Amino acid sequence: MTTNRHATAAEPERRHPRPWGDPLFRGLAAAAAGLFLLLTAAVFVELVRGSELSLAKFGFSFLWREAWNPVTGDFGALSSIAGTLISTLIAMALAVPLSLVIALFLVELAPPAVAKPVGAAIELLAAVPSIIYGMWGLFVFAPFMADHVQPFLSARLGFLPLFQGPPMGIGMLTAGIILALMILPFITSVMRDVLKMVPPVVKEAGYGMGSTVWEVARQVTVRYGARGMAGACLLGLGRAVGETMAVTFVIGNNHRLGASLFDAGNTIASALANEFAEAADPLYLSALVELGLVLFLITFAIQGLTHVWIRRLERSAGRGL
Amino acid sequence: MKKLLAAALLILATLPAAAADLTGAGATFPYPLYAQWADSYKKLTGVGLNYQSIGSGGGIAQIKAQTVDFGASDAPLTKAELDAAGLVQFPMIVGGVVPVVNLEGIAPGALKLTAAVLADIYLGGVKKWNDPAVAALNPGLALPARDITVVHRADGSGTTWIFTNYLDKVSPAWHGKVGCGKEVAWPAGVGGKGNEGVAAYVQRIKGAVGYVEYAYALQNKLTHILLENRAGKFVAPTQASFQAAAAGADWSAAPGLYLVLTDQPGDASWPITGASFVLIHREQRDAARAKSLLDFFAWCFAEGDAAASALDYVPLPDDVVALVKGVWKTGVKSGGAAVWK
Repeated sequence: MTTNRHATAAEPERRHPRPWGDPLFRGLAAAAAGLFLLLTAAVFVELVRGSELSLAKFGFSFLWREAWNPVTGDFGALSSIAGTLISTLIAMALAVPLSLVIALFLVELAPPAVAKPVGAAIELLAAVPSIIYGMWGLFVFAPFMADHVQPFLSARLGFLPLFQGPPMGIGMLTAGIILALMILPFITSVMRDVLKMVPPVVKEAGYGMGSTVWEVARQVTVRYGARGMAGACLLGLGRAVGETMAVTFVIGNNHRLGASLFDAGNTIASALANEFAEAADPLYLSALVELGLVLFLITFAIQGLTHVWIRRLERSAGRGL
Repeated sequence: MKKLLAAALLILATLPAAAADLTGAGATFPYPLYAQWADSYKKLTGVGLNYQSIGSGGGIAQIKAQTVDFGASDAPLTKAELDAAGLVQFPMIVGGVVPVVNLEGIAPGALKLTAAVLADIYLGGVKKWNDPAVAALNPGLALPARDITVVHRADGSGTTWIFTNYLDKVSPAWHGKVGCGKEVAWPAGVGGKGNEGVAAYVQRIKGAVGYVEYAYALQNKLTHILLENRAGKFVAPTQASFQAAAAGADWSAAPGLYLVLTDQPGDASWPITGASFVLIHREQRDAARAKSLLDFFAWCFAEGDAAASALDYVPLPDDVVALVKGVWKTGVKSGGAAVWK
């Protein structure tokens, strides 16, 4: 009774909400979203301004020239751009299939007693700082690559230029594998969440039609979650493209483009991390900022392409998640 | 609330005035030593030092902008650059850059190299350890037929500047193709991040040759080599040989104390020696503060040698210290009067 009376007493107040509440909230939310756009635009403008000297001197040839000579002031971004793309490609090629299989296992096959601790371990891995991966890569993984993996690859696949050269342990391949290990927990954990959200009724319909576990996984679960899983890959891709410390430790850091994956190379992020602090010459600094601009544009292009790809996926596979 | 405020004020009042603390920024190489000196000096006098190790380039920019009391750089500025910015520079400590190798069966100090061969290795011309050029210098050594992997710094650094300055001086081929800088277009090899990165690569890669600061070679027990100096003698990297290079140099003939200690004369001189420099403004705004800064440096020269040696840095020889103090006397003024008397 008392609670009822209390409720009726409070009611008039609720009936007259402050008239400016909603518009204010809408305005604040829009301002926050607008600020984000503004920041992105400001970063772009600042990058272009910072790279003016370099843009004026090298023009578009900056993109496809391999030279990087701080002494004579001759700069080109080819080796950095190629290194960024190749290391990311290796990382994605290794991490995406593995993540998909792990996520499917955790959601579809594993008993909860296994799925829970494994899931927790994966989330824990995602929280490891990148410098730890870098140090582990340099001190533990690179020697392992030099002593076992690279000699093995050279012996079996040495006829390909990709796997030739002295086994130093560091280089493009090692950097790609470390990157794969770093993005694996991210992709896996998001994919697992996506697959979990596929409605049981959809899967049960599949089983009801006599499908095997594999058929349901391939044709129902994965298809239904395609959009979400593409998002997971995008998350991993974003991290791989911009990863700095871990790559710097193991990639070998030189501005040359080698045919072999065993060769040392560099990425845009690693070049910036290495050289920014001591670059005193204005043109040198400007070239480094232009590298940052290129990375900005690469990230933008990847985002754009992925959106187009996802839209196409939706058209062929239905909306799903 | 009031009590809390009163307590906070009390704590603030008992702290030594932060304004008395000296500020500096620049090179990372001398940072551990500057920090150690500052700590001892604060205990002794109450005057602290806030040193930011942001890199030589940053240090030069900060002192030019007058945001710090002094800047620190591993590479000296030329007389013209100093005059343009109204700065005075002087060396603070000496350090050596040491080529190190990873070769099975080769003990530290066993392998001998000349400047020309070292330059050829870094140019990528000498590719194997049993190359005749290396073998001719080391008749008694069993050199393996291993590929040479050149390791250099990936980040811009004063260490690279000293090392390339040396190669640039002694090898016409290096001068023509690469030159001298904190970061250069390396013709060969792989790059490690920082001294520790180079040390790690050299330890991991069989057949590697790299260059690191003396302290890193010592602490990581890397295999150093003997290098031929200007007098034609093969010398080992030691505190004594770095000091010999600093002492053998003719500082008094160097305008603005612009002197790079690479390839200096003297039988005992280590050829890849360098000094770490301090930059201060010629015209000081606050005479008392400037005096307190120079007092600190004078104390470092007088009492800081043991701390320097313990951290594997090399103190300046006494006659160079005397020269530095002469520069303070004539070069640093506040309102027309000399700060250091």
